[in-house]
Amino acid sequence: MLVYLLCLLLFSIGIYCILRKRNIIKIIVGVIISEYAVNMFFVLVAYRMEGRSPVFSPESQIENMVDALPQAVVLTAIVIGLATTALLIALAMRIYDKYGTFDITKIRELRG
Amino acid sequence: MLELYILLIFMIVAAVVAVEIKDLLSSVVAVGAVGLALSIAFLVLKAPDVAITQLVVEILCLIILIRATLRKDLPFSTSGRWFLNTLITVIFISLFLMVAAKCFKDLPEFGYPTMKVASTYLKEGFEKTGAANIVASVILDYRAYDTLGEATVLFTAVIGVLAIVRRIGRKKVGEKVRDEDEPR
Repeated sequence: MLVYLLCLLLFSIGIYCILRKRNIIKIIVGVIISEYAVNMFFVLVAYRMEGRSPVFSPESQIENMVDALPQAVVLTAIVIGLATTALLIALAMRIYDKYGTFDITKIRELRG
Repeated sequence: MLELYILLIFMIVAAVVAVEIKDLLSSVVAVGAVGLALSIAFLVLKAPDVAITQLVVEILCLIILIRATLRKDLPFSTSGRWFLNTLITVIFISLFLMVAAKCFKDLPEFGYPTMKVASTYLKEGFEKTGAANIVASVILDYRAYDTLGEATVLFTAVIGVLAIVRRIGRKKVGEKVRDEDEPR
């Protein structure tokens, strides 16, 4: 149970970073950290004590494999996370080109 | 399971450093440390496919982030209602932590998953799909539509990135273009 709580703490650090920081790059860093925490949580739930990785081998019969389904889901989620992060960074760089700053409080006026 | 605790605490420390450090490039490097520790943690948790993917994605992500932050540093401004904002954030997060800690009681104990769906995959996966790797048989056979959707999301994100970083759209006839929008 302590492992879950530590994982949640990591998620909270990410949330704090998103809510509190003003630099866009820091906000992206917070998004990345909380995304890692969620991925970690899924794989933690899938773990089985004394488990083996879910790959069959021709020689030996393996009984206690870990849960393969959350791992497959996380595999998809990691790649999608990369895509969304790239989109976020593209937006941030465009904002920097336009306004010359990463500070979100300075980006007030709209310019067409 | 001692190594898992050590990795998690290392990740938390690196995340705090990434959040609180002033220099943007150092912050990005600290995020890289979190991601690589996560990759090792996946190996410890017996998920080799996920660990490999995490390693590759982490390095790509870091390259993009460093490209974005290089030579674009700026000092932090902590003016405004600093105390009030921090107080509200901390209250919100502690409330969230309390509710989540209550919800953890309903989860199965760590190390003893229910495995209702996965037991079928583990039992029949090899005969039905012929793949020795169960994770591969799940993402490419049982849940192939999921992977197709992932490809769609990736494609959409690539289109979005292209649309954002492109300097200017098609010009109308006789339209004047400002200097800063001119393609370089």
